[in-house]
Amino acid sequence: MSSHRVGIVTFPGSLDDQDAARAVRIAGSEPVHLWHADTDLRHVDAVILPGGFSYGDYLRCGAIARFAPVMESIVDRAHTGLPVLGICNGFQILCEAGLLPGALTRNDHLHFICRDQSLRIESTSTVWTSDFNQGQEIIIPLKNGEGGYIADEATLDELENSGRIVARYVGTNPNGSRRDIAGIANPAGNVVGLMPHPEHAVENMFGPGTDGLAFFTSILRTFSRA
Amino acid sequence: MTLDTVASATNSPELPQPFAELGLRPEEFQQIRDILGRRPTSSELAMYSVMWSEHCSYKSSKVHLRQFGDKQPDGGWPQLMVGIGENAGVVDIGDGWAVTFKVESHNHPSYVEPYQGAATGVGGIVRDILSMGARPLAVMDPLRFGAAEAPDTQRVLPGIVAGIGGYGNCLGLPNIGGEVFFDPSYAGNPLVNALCVGAMRHEDLHLASAKGVGNLVVLYGARTGGDGIGGVSVLASETFDADGPAKRPSVQVGDPFMEKLLIECTLEVLAAGLVEGIQDLGGAGISCATSELASNGEGGMHVWLDRVLLRDPTLSPEEILMSESQERMCAVVQPDDIDAFQQICAKWEVEAVVIGEVTDTGRLTIDWHDQRIVDVPPRTVAHDGPVYHRPMSRPANLDALQADSADRLARPETVEELRATLLAMVATPNLASKSWITDQFDRYVLGNTVMSQPEDAGMVRIDEVSGLGVAISTDCNARFAYLDPYEGARLALAESYRNVAISGARPIAVTNCLNFGSPEDPEVMWTFAETVRGLADGCLELSIPVTGGNVSFYNSTADTAILPTPVVGVLGVIDDVARRTPMAWGPDGELIYLLGGTGPDFDGSEWARTMHGHLGGHPSRANLDQEKLLGEIAIAASRDGMVTAAHDVSDGGVAQALVEMALRADVGARVWAPDGIEAATLLWSETPGRAIMVIPRTEEMRFSQMCAARGMPAARIGVVDSGLGSDEGFDDQVLQFAGLFTIALSELRLAHEATLPRLFGSSLS
Repeated sequence: MSSHRVGIVTFPGSLDDQDAARAVRIAGSEPVHLWHADTDLRHVDAVILPGGFSYGDYLRCGAIARFAPVMESIVDRAHTGLPVLGICNGFQILCEAGLLPGALTRNDHLHFICRDQSLRIESTSTVWTSDFNQGQEIIIPLKNGEGGYIADEATLDELENSGRIVARYVGTNPNGSRRDIAGIANPAGNVVGLMPHPEHAVENMFGPGTDGLAFFTSILRTFSRA
Repeated sequence: MTLDTVASATNSPELPQPFAELGLRPEEFQQIRDILGRRPTSSELAMYSVMWSEHCSYKSSKVHLRQFGDKQPDGGWPQLMVGIGENAGVVDIGDGWAVTFKVESHNHPSYVEPYQGAATGVGGIVRDILSMGARPLAVMDPLRFGAAEAPDTQRVLPGIVAGIGGYGNCLGLPNIGGEVFFDPSYAGNPLVNALCVGAMRHEDLHLASAKGVGNLVVLYGARTGGDGIGGVSVLASETFDADGPAKRPSVQVGDPFMEKLLIECTLEVLAAGLVEGIQDLGGAGISCATSELASNGEGGMHVWLDRVLLRDPTLSPEEILMSESQERMCAVVQPDDIDAFQQICAKWEVEAVVIGEVTDTGRLTIDWHDQRIVDVPPRTVAHDGPVYHRPMSRPANLDALQADSADRLARPETVEELRATLLAMVATPNLASKSWITDQFDRYVLGNTVMSQPEDAGMVRIDEVSGLGVAISTDCNARFAYLDPYEGARLALAESYRNVAISGARPIAVTNCLNFGSPEDPEVMWTFAETVRGLADGCLELSIPVTGGNVSFYNSTADTAILPTPVVGVLGVIDDVARRTPMAWGPDGELIYLLGGTGPDFDGSEWARTMHGHLGGHPSRANLDQEKLLGEIAIAASRDGMVTAAHDVSDGGVAQALVEMALRADVGARVWAPDGIEAATLLWSETPGRAIMVIPRTEEMRFSQMCAARGMPAARIGVVDSGLGSDEGFDDQVLQFAGLFTIALSELRLAHEATLPRLFGSSLS
């Protein structure tokens, strides 16, 4: 059993927290449950903000979760290199918390959509994508109502030019995301936000395959370097 | 308004009371007076009126539903842990696991306010499952709408779909299937049924009973507001007429976030052993929860109604008793455990307040600021309501209807006709792809979904170590039920059973949602009685018990009743979900078998409706021995690795099944008609008891020998072939109907998938 500890935050309304824990376990790390109201990160080596509807997301998605006590600790540690992956609602929270630029808005067709989505991995230089090949195409589930990524042109250009677009939608853009963006990283590459759900593609039969697993194995390299 | 207390009721015996407005008949009102030996207080009247409504009391259906309990094998049902009467039935699936599941209707609220009506339908059924002590695992939604092009369908369908998604997605339960069916009879009265399945360890089973004198009654969850007041008795028990929209405020408003907290909080207090009895609050709210808990337990309870936390402080006690505010639960807790219970609620930010205690007085007493406003025997409220033997008569038009067989309709014969019929059929709203709807539902959350729409059954894993799982299907061909209610019920059961068995799971239990018109119409009542008789007989024949369900009457607009719609849900268990049989066929060379005999059965078929606008004749009888055999073969083939794909043959016949399998796999095939069967009959007849099974070449001998030995007709009708298209000059996979025509999968896909986006707005991207 690996001694690497990956924390998964449960906010009220988190839904994919058990799934993220399962993915971490299958990838060979130890999942550690973190509670939104605690500031203690329990000596974890990385953190995942899972999908769901934190606090019901009746306000802007993630707008309340960013004020949770646990987020103070995560923001502090993220600035000093703690690997953080935000999936779906977690991505929205990372944007609200200022760890990633831009915002996620209502899908352009105004419907929630759940489907198996093709992505292209655009950057393997983040701690969460190092096990992929540059340009690799993968299929993992997408399920959200507010997944349209937006930012101003300057920010989009900067993301593009600095290689911080982590993944793009391939084929039909499912939600109106600017420049087909499915995921982005911070400049250091330790914080990644991703709209689709890699944790739902880690076991055959329980999703469209196992393409998502590499997100969770990638961080093992970071741990072994540390 | 002055408070109407027990004392004032005694002192003013002849005060006029609005019992009729509350839906009670004069003789029912008199019955209440007889029970109490005085007139009821206004609060008591509120309680009796909601609890004695058709929706809560089953007063018209009870005498028939008894058959589900009475018709059982010698020695009873070994797998049944909790039967009809509790919030949901519970079955033993082995390895110490138990599963509970149930389907319920939310038809009338969904017509009035599609989004909230459908949303709270999901919320209500999930709480039923939770209140048995189970973790909810998945939901399904059998839906029925008026004609797809009708303006009212355009109004209600998008809202209902958004409501189911908005609630279920936010709640974190995968939506793994259901049905979507269009028929003009549902115009102005859509059917929104909701099913939930949950699992628990045997020892975690809880029941709705208030045991232990002195134990505390805790109301927790959302605050009580003015929503849904009178919803049960007003909305579910009166037919819609011109003043429908005026009832909008009666529809409850859902908060899925609160429901998610309620689930986690409830499972934590249950796991901590802090709960003696538990009940969800659904229809009839506090009236129902307190009277049922008391009636099932020590028989007495005292409630301080002014302690209930309110969203609207101006609510009267009568309104508080009747409110159907969502996301509330009621638990019976020992006094020593109440602090621990409150702490867990606080952790989940769920409000909880002690509103009463269990007594042995045999009375349910309720005080409002120290004044007694209710003093009743709880059993008379919860369980001993009126029971009616409604008059019944066989529909006058049934003979004429049955005599009008589809046999007289012209069937396609030429290649051009056959090809055009194929394209028209796969695109007709009832057979078209439903992914525009189901792609708005999260099917992946919780990470245990093995199969979901458009597969024959939804399947989820329960035990991550062993792979133990369950499969569920809901089905009802309402046209068959209209032409022959007895057979229609058995056919619905047969189809649901078949869908589960074909997925590789062993059917073990049945739930049902019986949607009908007015029970006061003798023809509707006869149809209902025949349906129940058919379903109860069928369950006995198949050796699977009905574990619970729901009756929804008064589904009609003006004088027109809906098609009788007995939705049947069958639950099956599979030892290892890795052995499940999907519908997408595999690689080249696999052999396509049709199991079961095919006759020219077009009465009540989708072909007759779509191509000729015809509904008449007599559906084929369900041969349940044959269904059982088909199920055994499908399960054995799955277990022994003899089958790679399978699909039920029902609506739209073999043609529809083949197209769906090919599109799902995106791999073509060549198919042919067995000797002696004309093409149209093979393609669109709806003879029951059939399935397509796809067999690897290496298993063909073993498989066909098994079918022959067991007397199951099995005809090889095709072979999977991905190379046919290029051989024939297509730049795509094709389905080739030997000797007739060849059609590209892309053309079929376009026809199949374009219908719903065209009807209901933009595509999902």
